[in-house]
Amino acid sequence: MSQSTQTAKLMVDGPVHGRGPWHRYVFTGIVVLLCLWVLVPIYLLVVNTLSSPADVNAFPKRLVPDVNTESVRFFLNFAGVGQALWSSVKVATLTMILSILAGAPAGYALSRFDFRGKGSFRVLVLMTRAFPLPLLALPLAVMYIRVGLDDSILGLALVHTTLALPFAVLITYSLFSGIPIELEEAAWTLGCNRLEAFQKVILPLVLPGITASAIFAFVISWNEVFAAAVLTIENRTLPAFLLQGLSVAPLHLKFAGGAVLVLPALIFIFLVRKYLFSMWGIANR
Amino acid sequence: MAEIKIRQVAKQYGSTHALHSIDLEIADQEFLVLLGASGCGKTTLLRIVAGLETATSGEVWIGDKRVDKLPPRDRNIAMVFQNYAVFPHLTVFENIAFGLRMAKLPQTEVDRRVTRTAELMHIEALLKRYSGQLSGGQRQRVAVARALAMEPEVLLMDEPLSNLDALLRMEMRAELKTVLAESKTTTIYVTHDQVEAMSMADRIAIMNKGEIVQASSAVEVYRNPAAHFVGSFIGNPPMNFLDATSAGEGVWNVAGVQLKGPVSTQKKLQFGIRPEDIIVHQEGSAEAMGDRPSMVATVRVLEPLGSHLLASCRIGDEILRVVLDSDAPVKPGDELRWSPAPDRIRWFDPASELAVA
Repeated sequence: MSQSTQTAKLMVDGPVHGRGPWHRYVFTGIVVLLCLWVLVPIYLLVVNTLSSPADVNAFPKRLVPDVNTESVRFFLNFAGVGQALWSSVKVATLTMILSILAGAPAGYALSRFDFRGKGSFRVLVLMTRAFPLPLLALPLAVMYIRVGLDDSILGLALVHTTLALPFAVLITYSLFSGIPIELEEAAWTLGCNRLEAFQKVILPLVLPGITASAIFAFVISWNEVFAAAVLTIENRTLPAFLLQGLSVAPLHLKFAGGAVLVLPALIFIFLVRKYLFSMWGIANR
Repeated sequence: MAEIKIRQVAKQYGSTHALHSIDLEIADQEFLVLLGASGCGKTTLLRIVAGLETATSGEVWIGDKRVDKLPPRDRNIAMVFQNYAVFPHLTVFENIAFGLRMAKLPQTEVDRRVTRTAELMHIEALLKRYSGQLSGGQRQRVAVARALAMEPEVLLMDEPLSNLDALLRMEMRAELKTVLAESKTTTIYVTHDQVEAMSMADRIAIMNKGEIVQASSAVEVYRNPAAHFVGSFIGNPPMNFLDATSAGEGVWNVAGVQLKGPVSTQKKLQFGIRPEDIIVHQEGSAEAMGDRPSMVATVRVLEPLGSHLLASCRIGDEILRVVLDSDAPVKPGDELRWSPAPDRIRWFDPASELAVA
């Protein structure tokens, strides 16, 4: 018993080991603050979504509301929501497929081959995120209209793919780098060519990570609103549709729309958190 | 089963020469060890034979087939890697069967070969496990079994025991030697461990700075090092070297004493003697000295190693290590009168560093 208390104490002490209790309070305080920063809006969103329209505007709030699905039901039956949701799924799925198809080979190449400009390539991949989308949106829109990609699922998916690709490349790069080259070499000496070795040895080992990276691409597309709003009119994705439609909608509908957007993204990110950590260099356990 | 011919194989990385024109022939069923310090090119040479690395120039032949342009899978080789490279997503059985399935052998043949090699490596109880459930030694056994199951013409091993702890390494060394002798497969084995090399090899090829310095049997390499490097690399402690200056035709002055040596036009040579080939003359006893010239060295450090006593001595500003009997009555500061066993003296050219006959 005393030993387990000690272990627990050690674990709490871990990050600020060897300093006074004062540091620990500051540390704990900051952690709590950051958690609240993220969790309070989500809590309010969920609570207000599940409240009756009357309760949303009421003050003070009750901590645990009576569950009332009226707002959600109304929102889901709202004209165009279903279609926008379907567009979102289509664009996000296409984004996911495109970014893995282009990103995974790039990640593999980065981890397995030495080529001139490898370092700069890695930086450049990230640099694509340095250009604000609003800057690119207008020329993109003009170009899309010229080639006839405007207001299409594919066109939007292409833009979202450019946004998701850097992450796909870097996540898969770290995945492939985590697999010893000797496994592949052993497969080559045992009768495989490069492709067979990849299929039989590398792919089974990276598949969970690839899935995670795919889901992350899906979420990036799912959450993206600016390009969606600029480049589509008829085929609006859900965020773009909400941006347009909900600005004039009553408060309880805005909450319902927000929840429908946030929850899937939250669930997906939660599922793949392990791989995101590994991409950011945090220990993978 | 086949012989290997390596002809003028060179490898360059940019402007660095990893291998300088290597020529080496390995006979059918021979166990050849490539021995050298890290960075000497031994692994590069092995990987060139395996096809995992491409030589800048030269040819590699296995049997009657020139293989240096072929991918690894077409060379009829099998390789064991330093970090085992056991596939983590497959069971031990499927690991061993991997190459056999790639070769599309019938299931009965796969079963037969997996069972046989697993028995050979004593892992028949582990066939259903995954690599994560095995110890390092067990993983290495799986890796060897996987290579043997291929029944390759040539078996290539890249420091297969270096990740194991000392005791296990010794055990696996003896076991591997038995298994490989039985399999009668031509083997190239890379290691930096001279004990491993000497205990297992039919022939040792000692590499230094991208060149093969000497390729001979263990005893030959130990007794007759072809170069200064071999004498200083093989043996623990290594060979002693003392400067020798010419004192006329075939006579050399070593540490103040004249010794018979090779006839050479050189003014200076190096005199080499193994620490255990030094005869120490007890104070007052003239026996066995005969007319042999004796030299004097001052004992600096004594290391009692159980089986023998290692004395590091000084002669002028040169160091001489001597292997003494465990209970030899010496202490630091003593003067040791010694002479080299005449048939064990070796001479080296200080310029070319090669042995002089």
